[in-house]
Amino acid sequence: MKNVVWGLVILLIILHQDFWFWTDKRIVLDFIPIGLFYHALISIAAGVTWYLATIYAWPEGLDDLTAEQQQPATGEDDK
Amino acid sequence: MIVFAAIGEGNAGLTRLIIILVYLSLLLLLGFFASRLFRGTKKDYMLASSSIGPFLLLMSIFGTTMTAFALVGSSGESWKDGIGVYGKLASSSGIIHSLCFFLIGVKLWTLGQKYGYTTQIQYFRDRLNNNAIGLILFPILVGLIIPYLLIGVMAGGTVMNQMTDGAFGKKKGGPPPAIQGLSENAPKMVSIYKDILSSMEKDDSAEIDAKLKAASAQFVELHGGKKPKPPTPQNALPKWMGSLLICGVVLIYVFFGGMRGTAWANAFQTIVFMVLGLVTFCYLGYALGGQEGKGLVENLKAATAKVTPENKVQSQIEQWEKISNLSKNEKTAVAAGLSARRAAPPKELKEYTTRKEMSFLVFVTYMFVPLSVGMFPHLFQHWLTARDAKSFKTPVICHPIFIMIVWVPCVLIGIWGTTTTFSGTPNAILIFLVKTKTGAVLGGFLAAGILAAIMSSLDSQFLCIGTMFTTDIVNHYYPKRYTDRQQILVARLFIIAIVIVTYLLSLGNLTSVFALGVWCFSGFSALFPLVVACLYWKRLTVQGAYSCVIAAAVTWVYFFTQAYQSDNFRTYTVDIGEYQTMPVFWMILASTIAMMTVSFATPPMNEGHLHRFFPESKNKG
Repeated sequence: MKNVVWGLVILLIILHQDFWFWTDKRIVLDFIPIGLFYHALISIAAGVTWYLATIYAWPEGLDDLTAEQQQPATGEDDK
Repeated sequence: MIVFAAIGEGNAGLTRLIIILVYLSLLLLLGFFASRLFRGTKKDYMLASSSIGPFLLLMSIFGTTMTAFALVGSSGESWKDGIGVYGKLASSSGIIHSLCFFLIGVKLWTLGQKYGYTTQIQYFRDRLNNNAIGLILFPILVGLIIPYLLIGVMAGGTVMNQMTDGAFGKKKGGPPPAIQGLSENAPKMVSIYKDILSSMEKDDSAEIDAKLKAASAQFVELHGGKKPKPPTPQNALPKWMGSLLICGVVLIYVFFGGMRGTAWANAFQTIVFMVLGLVTFCYLGYALGGQEGKGLVENLKAATAKVTPENKVQSQIEQWEKISNLSKNEKTAVAAGLSARRAAPPKELKEYTTRKEMSFLVFVTYMFVPLSVGMFPHLFQHWLTARDAKSFKTPVICHPIFIMIVWVPCVLIGIWGTTTTFSGTPNAILIFLVKTKTGAVLGGFLAAGILAAIMSSLDSQFLCIGTMFTTDIVNHYYPKRYTDRQQILVARLFIIAIVIVTYLLSLGNLTSVFALGVWCFSGFSALFPLVVACLYWKRLTVQGAYSCVIAAAVTWVYFFTQAYQSDNFRTYTVDIGEYQTMPVFWMILASTIAMMTVSFATPPMNEGHLHRFFPESKNKG
């Protein structure tokens, strides 16, 4: 599923290059040009894809990690 | 009460000024409350003690990445070039920004919490086990942020100046005198535009261009051989005072509230500019749709239906017919003159609802510009404020949707603006529409919304520069010499110094600084391969990292010089034959190739050191 999510991200980047609506004058819902409507959908699709990424591609063990648990080890302050 | 008095007097500028001042006062109050929660430690001042939850993280990150460009620039660009600006800048950012939050932000947060980083440079020094990399990166990062800061400070002053037009008294000298010979010449303009319409029916672009030039020549002749300048605000808050107010307010809440004050202010300001953007969209939809007595949807349909090149010409015909009739009457001749000064002919006729005139390769290569967020030092600092890794999920998911909520209405407003006879600079279209089509109160609120977008980026940048100086220079070279309180004092003093320097620079005649925005972003993007390699590529060497930074700097300077010599900062492209590309693509390519080639040619870094950053892959090689 993780690979599917990254596949979706690549698909989004490809779908973003929409030469197919480049000169299309159609108006969707009678007020929004199709080129703009399509890219608004790309934004929504990006939100959905990133939602799936946070479920299926989220690094393991991170959900239980909080800032308070972490102890600075060898950062600048300790040098 | 004062607002009502100003409305009663019919002084729109004063009404807007009062609303802006009330808004700025609210921000100061917010900074004051945030300072009450200050725990007195350096980590609290610079990172809000890493206590920021998902909602506040979303709002503060979104507010920081959205500048004045989100409202003013998006409508301006779509007024100039059509709807393509959304795909070029907004939907691409929705994909790329979240990608950076997910792949870079979360990982840096984990390392930051583990090793106690506050700044990007601390991470690079530690990861590369090299001090000097910080000395090279510090001036580059600060140098790229300063123009970005200047844009915000100058834009704030301009917005305050424009929106408070006439706040301190009536305009001097009354209206300009009537134009001699207007009644004879106005019909000539009508005739030229009717000719253009017939050329459009024949689809003869050469003929259309020639007639547009004729319209332009006739327009200039009508005004005595000179193109009339757009009216400038009079008796308004001066730009220098507007910029000073913005700097002062941001400085106060950053100074006292630190990162917590900044995060709260950002969240508040993000809500303000998102809500006000939508309100303005609805209001302008009604006004520009012109369907009195009908609902919002009907007006939105009507407003978009007007957006055709033919309608742009038709609106000029109607305007000049009106001017022709007005100029025949002595009493209305002055009004005719005023309208004639504003009705400048369009330079070209575009299909604003398509991307017909946009270069496809420029569109494709523009997608590399949003990679800059991966290297923004102020965003790095915001990432480290997260309470836990889970808090990143909300910004990752919602960021593209939020971009859509802000940008789609602004882009539509921009293309609707093409149906008016507005002829100023693109960034002024939104302010023009708000001033001419809405009331003083909404205008005041929208001005506050634009200032919110500006200040929500400025505050993080000011705080970040103060933090970098304290952490990467003072504390790095004089470790353990200063207490936490002394370090906070150093950060605060440096923030004051940076605010003063930025403000003084903004007073200079730096109009071209607005064109520098994309160059700042491109510079950060060119360094993007460095952060990715540091996080994910064990084979990166110190020499490879230096090569990356040097290649990014050299290509940036080369293309910038080329743009400067061709006097074309704003739209400079690298042309390969007949194909145009964005310089950022070549910068990233050069920095990546340099980094990889030199890394492979030099010995790998010590495995024991790398284990701190790649613990899971120790035995994988």
